[in-house]
Amino acid sequence: MLVRFFLLLRDAGVPATISEFLSLLESLQAGIGEASAEKFYFLARTCLVKDERHYDRFDRAFAAHFRGVEEVFTVLARELPPDWLTQLAERVLSDEEKAEVLALGGWDTLMRTLQQRLEEQRDRHEGGAKWIGTAGTSPYGAYGYNPEGVRIGQDAARNRGAVKVWDRREFANFDDTRELGTRNMKIALRRLRRFARRGAATELALAETIDATARAGGWLDLKMVAERHNVVKVLLLLDVGGSMDSHVRSCEELFSAARSEFKHLEQYYFHNFIYENLWRDCGPRNSGRRGDRVPTLELLRTYGRDYKLIVVGDATMSPYEITEPGGSIEHWNAEAGRVWLQRLREAFPGHAWLNPQPQSEWRRSASIDLTRRLLEDRMFPLTPAGMAAAIDALV
Amino acid sequence: MSGEFRGSERYIATEELMVAVRAAMVLSRPLLIKGEPGTGKTLLAAEIARSLGMPLYEWHIKSTTKAQQGLYEYDAVSRLRDSQLGDPRVQDIGNYILKGTLWDAFECEARPVVLIDEIDKADIEFPNDLLRELDRMEFSVYETRRTVRALHRPLIVITSNDEKELPDAFLRRCFFHYIRFPDEETMTKIVDVHFPNLKRDLLQSALTMFFKVRETPGLKKKPSTSEFLDWIKLIVAEDIPATSLRVDDPKKLIPPLYGALLKNEQDVHLFEQLLFLNRRNVR
Repeated sequence: MLVRFFLLLRDAGVPATISEFLSLLESLQAGIGEASAEKFYFLARTCLVKDERHYDRFDRAFAAHFRGVEEVFTVLARELPPDWLTQLAERVLSDEEKAEVLALGGWDTLMRTLQQRLEEQRDRHEGGAKWIGTAGTSPYGAYGYNPEGVRIGQDAARNRGAVKVWDRREFANFDDTRELGTRNMKIALRRLRRFARRGAATELALAETIDATARAGGWLDLKMVAERHNVVKVLLLLDVGGSMDSHVRSCEELFSAARSEFKHLEQYYFHNFIYENLWRDCGPRNSGRRGDRVPTLELLRTYGRDYKLIVVGDATMSPYEITEPGGSIEHWNAEAGRVWLQRLREAFPGHAWLNPQPQSEWRRSASIDLTRRLLEDRMFPLTPAGMAAAIDALV
Repeated sequence: MSGEFRGSERYIATEELMVAVRAAMVLSRPLLIKGEPGTGKTLLAAEIARSLGMPLYEWHIKSTTKAQQGLYEYDAVSRLRDSQLGDPRVQDIGNYILKGTLWDAFECEARPVVLIDEIDKADIEFPNDLLRELDRMEFSVYETRRTVRALHRPLIVITSNDEKELPDAFLRRCFFHYIRFPDEETMTKIVDVHFPNLKRDLLQSALTMFFKVRETPGLKKKPSTSEFLDWIKLIVAEDIPATSLRVDDPKKLIPPLYGALLKNEQDVHLFEQLLFLNRRNVR
């Protein structure tokens, strides 16, 4: 019963692991959380959930599970199929694989068989308490979280082939094109670190000490140097235009990552494209708070060539907004956006553009393509791999 | 095994917190505590130690703290210097091994509580460097070829303010508890243990006022439990009557001694504006 709960949790998006699950069992064995359902709930949460952002998912899964195992099962069996699979297949399967699926009679047939299998299994294993056995009955295996767990009948070898494909997809999730977490970002940004010694001399300089000691005839002469600090300076320009709304989260993550990694980090905001003004504050666009407007020229004067310029924007707009004077949708711009971009590029030779749009869609948008050409291909996707490439281009 | 943690006369623990502490005690796993600032994360370790009579070791983390410093440090420079001066101590390398907090705790005769405070302040690799030590509760001293093993597995309480995300491998080994902001009932209990003689009506008005301030949308920093307690302390010290704490008092725009609750001028300004609007609406 608990195994199913565990799988349900994972399915609900709580990233609990087997060792955490085992420690829950261990705690139960030690007699904690037996007294009441509430205590059990607290204990399970303490053991399995490691981030308050997942508390809500946990709560929902908990409620669903302990309302009755049967109910959960039917709900999931219902939820398992069509949309989800078709969608996944679209993303995952190669053309050959799709052809293979068609040869099996298409998605509907495949799904029906699979569901049927699951039903059968439920009958067979219901009430079994063994970890593997129960996991085997679980439909979640089909989601690929537990590739080992799926035990579809011997006669269904064809289906198993398909299941494996989904499993493969789950592993693909681990590669570095997946969605960025703050930690990934930080690790990517780390490559931008360049150290230099500044400030108070607090570290022993071994080579100099040996040298000085030898010169002093063996009498110890300690030499100290300053600790190394990160000296890379970053100028971050973020697009807060309307089309960026859906990317706000990933940009925020980038931001919080960048904040803690750099001492010299200057950030400005722009709307859609860079023109003669930038903003210090990202307040609501139409709030009338335009007092903190900064002329782009001032930026060019203020920050030295050693600043690395990172622009984050989706570059999704009408191409006129880039190429024509007066193209901006918000005000009359005397000079075209491309002119301003060119000026920035000249002022900051180390520059890169990070684009939160998936790279596969870049070709489809004329403005992205145009911007990329203006940047001479220094546009990178906002993923860890893209960031790493961007940073290679910066240094 | 000592008794069970149930809070203390100075610290109100919710049921969920007690279960979390108990689980961490019984299974000897580190307990990771997160929560809004001022909800008593750091205090927890001290209160567990005090109420269960366990010794407490505190390790406060700064941005420059290295994991190794919690275990031991080898003071090579002193040794070098002593050797120049012909000090006999120099023969024994052990004289130059400085014990860290964890070493001290591992050698403690009774089962101790170890507080690793604000782990998120340290470098991003810091938690990873402590994985083995927290798992096995042992480490080896390279210089003396010695292994230090905990006499009693300490109860380790780790606090984090979420400035950095902690690595999964580390989280997996911890129990986790998020201290929620107390509701009005718990808050009343908390104030009760701190100010047992506070007048009922004063407390009621203060609480209402406090939660009203917290609910103000768009505050940069919401006032916390500890700030509320400071505020109450001030109110008691200044002997401010309950009536002047009433939210609907038209003469007052802003709570008295607001400096204890609102910590930057934008927030004060915002709050003033909102109250002003409210007052206009009431008329």
